[in-house]
Amino acid sequence: MARITSLSEAIAGAVHDGDTVALEGFTHLIPHAACHEIIRQGRKDLTLVRMTPDLVYDQMIGMGCVKKLVFSWGGNPGVGSLHRFRDAIENGWPHKLEIEEHSHAAMANAYEAGASGLPCAIFRGYIGGDLPKVNAKIKRVTCPFTGEELAAIPSHRPDVAVIHAQRADRAGNVMIEGVLGVQKEAVLASKRSVVTVEEIVDELPERSLNAVVLPHWTVGHVVEVPGGAFPSYAQGYYPRNNSFYKAWDDIAKDRDSFHAWMKTNVLDKGPDAFAQYARKHEAAAE
Amino acid sequence: MADYKPTEMMTIAAARLLKNDDICFVGIGQPSAACNLARLTHAPDITLIYESGTLATKPTVLPLSIGDGELCDTALTTVSVPEMFRYWLQGGRIKVGFLGGAQIDKFANLNTTVVGPYDKPKVRLPGGGGAPEIATSCGEIFIIMAQGKRSFVEKLDFVTSIGHVSGGDSRAKLGVKTKGPTKLITDLAVFAPDPQTKEMTVISIHPGVTREQVQENTGWAVKFAAKVDVTPAPTAKELDVLRELHARTNRAHAAA
Repeated sequence: MARITSLSEAIAGAVHDGDTVALEGFTHLIPHAACHEIIRQGRKDLTLVRMTPDLVYDQMIGMGCVKKLVFSWGGNPGVGSLHRFRDAIENGWPHKLEIEEHSHAAMANAYEAGASGLPCAIFRGYIGGDLPKVNAKIKRVTCPFTGEELAAIPSHRPDVAVIHAQRADRAGNVMIEGVLGVQKEAVLASKRSVVTVEEIVDELPERSLNAVVLPHWTVGHVVEVPGGAFPSYAQGYYPRNNSFYKAWDDIAKDRDSFHAWMKTNVLDKGPDAFAQYARKHEAAAE
Repeated sequence: MADYKPTEMMTIAAARLLKNDDICFVGIGQPSAACNLARLTHAPDITLIYESGTLATKPTVLPLSIGDGELCDTALTTVSVPEMFRYWLQGGRIKVGFLGGAQIDKFANLNTTVVGPYDKPKVRLPGGGGAPEIATSCGEIFIIMAQGKRSFVEKLDFVTSIGHVSGGDSRAKLGVKTKGPTKLITDLAVFAPDPQTKEMTVISIHPGVTREQVQENTGWAVKFAAKVDVTPAPTAKELDVLRELHARTNRAHAAA
């Protein structure tokens, strides 16, 4: 049942050391403010699940929050490497990182199976490549009707899903528009959830009859954090800050400059710091 | 003949392969440039699909990431990522998929996972993303990659997505019914699979490039088809449209 809270209450209540956590958002609506709060609260030994680790997991890995990563594409889109992710895998810094690697199709299917209450996902995939050789969770099953061999992996059932959305109403019904990714599936697959939103409104706006809405009784903490997806974007609010994604390459390349950036922009700040990004872009758009 | 860069020739050669009625699964970077160049020149009605769920999108600038707002704003509709991979890709509704990689072998298998051993990689690359299933679910695959001895290798460090596996009928024997890589477009040449062996074979060399240069930039002994064409040089229109697209994109990305 939805509860409207502060971000620090939401993370303290929902995300515990050792949890399996899925911060989702496919390029769009990536929950950066919630990521920063998890880092500020010093969570440890997390198993992080996410299709595209992106800057959020680069930051959490570099800050030592992560024991294991379950993922399918670990790069900075259109820019290059995630340097903290690479440093952890290649050099074990700040400590060794276990990985469980999948394809996008497998991850998307595993979230959908989790949301559907199924133990595993079945799909046509992982044919001929080496991923099944390095990931023991990738198995084959035979269709009982046609004899076709298909791929099977366990469904994702995270302890907590963390997403960002455009709006919630005061009851905590959450509306998502634009590139949807796997956010709905991630929330429905998880035991608990934290949803940050651009704004909490009295009534959800006029919408298509088939709008994507998570009913209040399917979500946990709902928190208003304007700008909370920056430098990712919120369709209808502010665009993706591509120049920040490019700048991150230099910031994260070096361990010291990474730490300096995290101290100034995360450890010494609070969720209010994100509002300026939302406002700046609103102003720029006018 | 206009001056142009080898990468421009590569993008233009790839764009020409696309038809007006194609339904195309597009990756970011070179594939996105080629697909949108085709749309802005000879294939205005081409259907471009990005794995973020955007169907039939018509971006005015190239996306930096696979899910930029520009793609959603200009799409016919946007579906969730599970639907994209289940109904549209796995459902067999996509004719052409584009792939690239850090390493390719002569049967067009690709590595985007690691350089060196998986458990102790010298370079940890981003990984497969959509590629393992794009490679087997799309009707056919076009690969775009600049050539070099470090990327065109005899043996891959890791097989992220399959091409023609070990050649001959080895792909079909895995139960895969799609064609796999039918073209490999590089900054030097265009390759296509030999009908029998399925080894990627040079069918066309870009203007001013020699066979020796193609060999020097390939880590295996290159096979040339019985008849090797010279790729037609980029036209002034192709270059104008491509350069204007990149200029628009750079302006937009610098402003954001």
